[in-house]
This record gives sequence, C-alpha cells and structure tokens, in this order.
Amino acid sequence: MTTLWFVLVLFMLVMYVLLDGFDLGAGAVHVFVAKTDAERRMVLKAIGPVWDGNEVWLIAAGGTLFFAFPVLYASSFSGFYLPLMIVLWLLMMRGVSIELRSHLKHPMWATFWDAGFFVSSALLAIFFGAAAGNVIRGVPLDASGFFFEALWTNFDPTNPNPGILDWYTVLVGLLALAVLVTHGANYLVLKTEGALNARARRMALAGWAATVALTIPVTVSTFWLRPVMWANFGRAPWGAIFPLIAIGGLVGVLVCLLRHHERGALIASGAYMAGMMVSSAFALYPRVLPAVNPAHDLTIHNAATSLYGMTVGLVWWSIGMVLAAIYFVFIYRLFRGKVSPEEGHY
Amino acid sequence: MDDPTLVARWQFGFTILYHYLYPQLTMGLALLILILKSLYLRTQDDRWNRSARFWAKIFAINFVMGVVTGIPMEFQFGTNWAKFSVFAGGIIAQTLAMEGAFAFFLESAFLGLFLFGERRFGQRLHWFSAFMVWLGTWASGYFIIATNAWMQHPVGYKMTPDGTVELVDYWAVLLNPWILAQYMHAIGGAVLTAACVMSGVGAFYLLSHQHEEYGRRFVKVGVLTGLIASLFQLYPSGDWSGVQVTHRQPIKLAAMEGLFQTEQGAGIAILGQPDMQALKLDNPFVVPRALSFLTYRSWSAEIKGLDAFPRDEWPSSVPLLYYSYHIMVGLGTIMIAVMGLSVLMLWRRRLYQARWLLWCLMLMVPFPYIANSAGWMTAELGRQPWLVYGLLRTVDGASPTVSSGNIWFTLLGFAGMYAVFGMLFVLLVLREIAHGPEVGPSGPEAALGVSG
Repeated sequence: MTTLWFVLVLFMLVMYVLLDGFDLGAGAVHVFVAKTDAERRMVLKAIGPVWDGNEVWLIAAGGTLFFAFPVLYASSFSGFYLPLMIVLWLLMMRGVSIELRSHLKHPMWATFWDAGFFVSSALLAIFFGAAAGNVIRGVPLDASGFFFEALWTNFDPTNPNPGILDWYTVLVGLLALAVLVTHGANYLVLKTEGALNARARRMALAGWAATVALTIPVTVSTFWLRPVMWANFGRAPWGAIFPLIAIGGLVGVLVCLLRHHERGALIASGAYMAGMMVSSAFALYPRVLPAVNPAHDLTIHNAATSLYGMTVGLVWWSIGMVLAAIYFVFIYRLFRGKVSPEEGHY
Repeated sequence: MDDPTLVARWQFGFTILYHYLYPQLTMGLALLILILKSLYLRTQDDRWNRSARFWAKIFAINFVMGVVTGIPMEFQFGTNWAKFSVFAGGIIAQTLAMEGAFAFFLESAFLGLFLFGERRFGQRLHWFSAFMVWLGTWASGYFIIATNAWMQHPVGYKMTPDGTVELVDYWAVLLNPWILAQYMHAIGGAVLTAACVMSGVGAFYLLSHQHEEYGRRFVKVGVLTGLIASLFQLYPSGDWSGVQVTHRQPIKLAAMEGLFQTEQGAGIAILGQPDMQALKLDNPFVVPRALSFLTYRSWSAEIKGLDAFPRDEWPSSVPLLYYSYHIMVGLGTIMIAVMGLSVLMLWRRRLYQARWLLWCLMLMVPFPYIANSAGWMTAELGRQPWLVYGLLRTVDGASPTVSSGNIWFTLLGFAGMYAVFGMLFVLLVLREIAHGPEVGPSGPEAALGVSG
C-alpha cells in the first residue's frame, strides 16, 4: 500500500510537470518568440483556459503528499523553507501576470506583466529543477527527521552541510529550464500559426539542443555523486525502461520537429520529462528523501500515514481522479486546435 | 518578538485573513451570478445576461487573487507548522487533499469555460459552467471548514504510541458535528459579502446617475439576498454556532462575552472593555440574563466565567477575542437593519429614490468583510492556546528548524506582495465599475454583448 501511494504521488507530480510544464515553458519563451502585442496575447490565449487547472495538479499533489506521507511533508517543507516561499512568490507573480495583463490597454502595463510572466516562469523552472536536484543529492536530515537548508553554502554538493543551490543542483535547474523551454515551445507550435509558429519551432529546436547538452553532464554527475542510484537498476533491470523512454522522447522531439509533426513533438518532450522523473524516483525507491547520513533517510516506511488512512484515501482519490480526468478531457477537447486571434479574453 | 512560534502565528494569521477577503466574495458571487444567469434564461432579457457578464469580470479578478493567495495556506502547514503536520497530518491532510481532488479541479476547469466559452459553446453550456463553478467554490469551503472543524473539535482519531494521532473513522471526520453550524455561518457570511458588494455598486450607479437600469437590478438582487443572508447569520447559523461553543468550548464562550466571573442568569455585555489587570469588564452595558437564555434557553442557567478555568487554558488574548466577537455581532446587527429597511422600501417602491438609504448601502460594502474577518478571529483566537483543541498546544506545533529571522523575512515579503496585490485589485475593480455593464474593457468582450 505504501508503495502504491509512492507511485500515485509520483503520478500526480509527473502530471503537474507535464501539464503546467508547457505553460511554464510558454512563459519562459514568449518574450522571444512573440514579438508584437497581438502575438503575446496569442500566447496567453493558448494557455488561458488551462493554466489554472494545470497548476491545481501541484496543489493536489502537495495535498496528496501531505496525506500519504505526513512526515515527509513536514520535514521537507520546513527544511526547504526559503526556496518554497520563493516558489510561492513566483507562482503568485506568475498568476497575476497572466490574468491582469489584459485588463488595461496600455503598452507599459503590458510590458510590465510580460516581464513578470517571463521572469517568474523561467525562475520557477530553475527552482523546480534545483528542488529535484536536492532530493537526489540528499539533505542534512538529523535523527529527529528534520533539517534546514540555507539557500547556498559553498556550492559544493559533497559538503556535509549543503545549500539549496550548489553546482549540481544549479545544473539540474538549468536542465529543467532547457526541457521546459522545449516543451513550452512545442505547445506554442501546436497552438499557433504563422510567424509565431515558425519562431516557436526554432526555439523548440534550440531548447532541444540545450537539453541534450545538459542531460549528459547531469546524468554523469548524478551517478558520480550518488553511486547508490545504480542499485535499483541492478536489482530490477526492467527499470531500464524509464531511462529508455526518456531517450526515446529526446530523439522523438527532434524527429517530430523536423517532420512538422506538432502533436508528436509535444508528446515526445513530455515523454522525456516523465522518463527522467520516473527514472529518478525508481532509483530513489524506497527512499523519499535521502539524508546526507544514510541512517537518517526518510523512506516510504518511516514517513507514511496509517494503513487505514491510505485505504480510505484510495477510495476517494480514485473517484476524484476519474472526475478530474473527465474535466480535463472535456476542457482540452473544447479548446482544441489553433487559437484564433479574434476570440478569447486576453 | 523573536519567538518563532509567535512570528509563525503572525504570518499564518495575516496570510489567511488577507486570503479570505477574496474567497468570501468568490463563494457568494458564484451564487449571485448563477441567479443572474438563470434570470436571463427565464426572461430572455439581455440586461440580465449583461449583468451576469459584468459580475463575471469582477469575479475573475477576485478569483485570481483568491487562487494566488490561497497557495501559501496549504504550504504553511508544512513550512511553519511541521510538528503539527506530523502530529495530525494523517487526518487533516485527508480533507485538505480532498479539496484539491474534488473542488479545485472542478472550479478551475469550469471557470475557464465560464469566462471564455459563452460565444463559442452557447447559453446552456455557459449556465452549466456557472453552476459547476458555484458547486466547486462551495465544495472547497466545505473541505476547509471540515479541516478547521477537526482542529476545533477533534473526532474519529486515536492516539498512537509515538504521540501522534491516527485516523480511525473517516466518516466521523468528514461529518464532524462541528461542521454544520460553522459551514452555514461561513457560507452565509460569504453570500452577505456578495450581496453587499452588489447592492453597493448598484447604489453607486443610482446615486451617480449612470447605468441606472443596471443599478436598480443590482440593488434589488443585492438587498433581497442580503436580507435573507443577514437573517440567516443570526438564526439558525449564528445561534447554532453559539450553542455549539457553549457546550464544547465553554472557555471560548466566557472570553468572547467578557464574562470573568461565573454567574447564574448571566447577562450579555453589549459594550465594555475587558480589564485584564482587575479581571473585570470596564464600563459595562449589560442586557440582564440574556446570555443564559441564548445559550441554555433558560433565564437563570449558570454560565461558567473565566474564573472557572485554569489561567493557562485561557485564550492567549482575551481582549482581542472579545472585540472580534463584538465587532462581528455589531456589524451583523447593522446589516440586518439596513437590509431589512431596504427591502421594506423596495416593497413600498420607494427604495430607488431614497438617496440616504442608497448612501447607507454603498458605504456598507466594507462591513461584511470586517464582520467575516472578525468572525474567523473569534473562532481561531478562541481556540488558543490549543492548535488542536485539547490535544496539541500551539507552541508544540511549530517547525523546529525554522528560525524567527527566516519567518520575518517571508512575513515581510508577503506583506509587500499583498499590499501591491490589494492596490491592483482595487484599481482594476474600480475600473470595471466605472466602465459599467454596458461596455467591456476589450473589443471582443464588448462585441459579445449585443449579439448575445
């Protein structure tokens, strides 16, 4: 049952990254691919009806994590206090930037919110990547199961008292930015036409090249810093399917972009992200938050809620997810196809 | 001021009071927009539809603010109240996670459809999306009240050997007897906020002789729902909440009422200042025996005063609790009076000409916001010094590793951001009000109107 909830929480996080990933990525590239006010409004129209729903996956994943693994929630949220609060501020800035831009017709007003949307989206991508890097690298958990990390110490991931940002986590953050740029640009390619479409396509290719260039050092340094990440792949070789999905996604992005297969490219960039996330989780299992001192690792066993709680949770969670899936299919079908310049609210 | 628990309380209190300024209007307005939209479908009078669209614009701005200021609330359980999360996460996270699964997905999906889909998908689907948004916002409120109710009145749990609580009865938590009265009172307050805002904007239009056709409609819908909601706050929801506190949290009752000594046939203090040195109420103005009757339905029932309880179980700020409660009741009474009078004048067909009463309606807009905030302060200050009533003290719930300096940093950050958000919100809503329901701010929105 605890393993099942490990998988379900992972599923929700992957859904969040896939869905909010493309609107985050769209924010990180829109100032470069959309030059005129009309084009920037097109970007907002492309994500307008869905971005809020996508972000709900983060809230729902957080809630699910809290209920299934309360000890993990308490420990990681208080330990990552400062970066989480900064993430909150960026999420707020971003939501307001998307929604308020259209309310006043003035070029300076638009410029201000464009900048807010860009900065918050790009920084969120980097912070989310750095967060993943912290979880893989391990944190200074003490015997009581708590820790506190400064934003940075000496940027050395082998330091027994590491900071949120060190060269390894920053590298993962840049990889996250690169892949979300690719993913977001792929989404804009799918949703737009004309000059915007062409520029987004070039951006997706550039993002793809950066993703390839960063995946290699990130992978190498992960196994160099944490050789223990190999162990599960040795024990259960079928797990190799997850990195293969990631590699397949990476190849797929290039092939689909070159063949102008717009939907395929978006699916492929999603497959890369899902493959990378699931690979990392597979290698971490059963740990949910590794400690610098392995004796203090938080695992699915010492961080989970009661069996009864997980069992009743499974009932309502399943119902809730079926409903959510219906809404999402419904909404995405209603708003499918290219956005048109005439209609919409932004 | 450098006690991390205290600064964390300031941060939670500030961020949640600020946050709740938005959802109370969201929940109330969702109902009123559904009413406007239904009136349009029944009468086919396009002005009802334009009214719905006008309020949808204000709803949209308000909703964004509610969403962005709401995210920190869930996070803070982990960031600032880590030991509480370990202690009670197995229970309160159930209801919090259910809010995400059942309410947030629903409202976010249909809000997009409601705001962008009218022209593209037709009137029936548009009404349906308004209905679903209403359902989502009210469901969201239910799960939050259920979470809070467990902290006020823990049920369905057992203690584990490692000193935390474990869920043993899911339905007991979801159907906690504490929920009903508190949910009705919170929802009634939300509808009252929306009613006061709508009648206030309508009164402004009538007083300033612009958009008068709409002004009359807003005033009419606003005062009718406002009277129902304000009476509902008195009885049954307010009365039931009071009886509930009497039986389950008698210390809170004593502190709310400023009752320092146990009395047979206790009166209600309408005015007076709690004197924490002399432990009495200064300058009291008391209605004799009223409190005994309202709580136990008997003019001579004994009400326990604060003296009946050990000092370390008193709420941490008796005066603030006392004033919060009295402000809530006082403003509630004024709102009942103004709404009642307005409905009377509406019935006599004199309301739209009674400028003094329209002035009252317009100036009353802040009252429900203050009353709702004061009501929540009453509920939560009265829960102190407990985080989970009778089980976990607030001082034992804070994060052990987060220092006060770091919390000050984030509290000041929130204060700065929220000040900017507040100014933007007021600016944009005032602009929408100045534009009025006839024209939208953007071309496509306006084009929707006449053809619709």
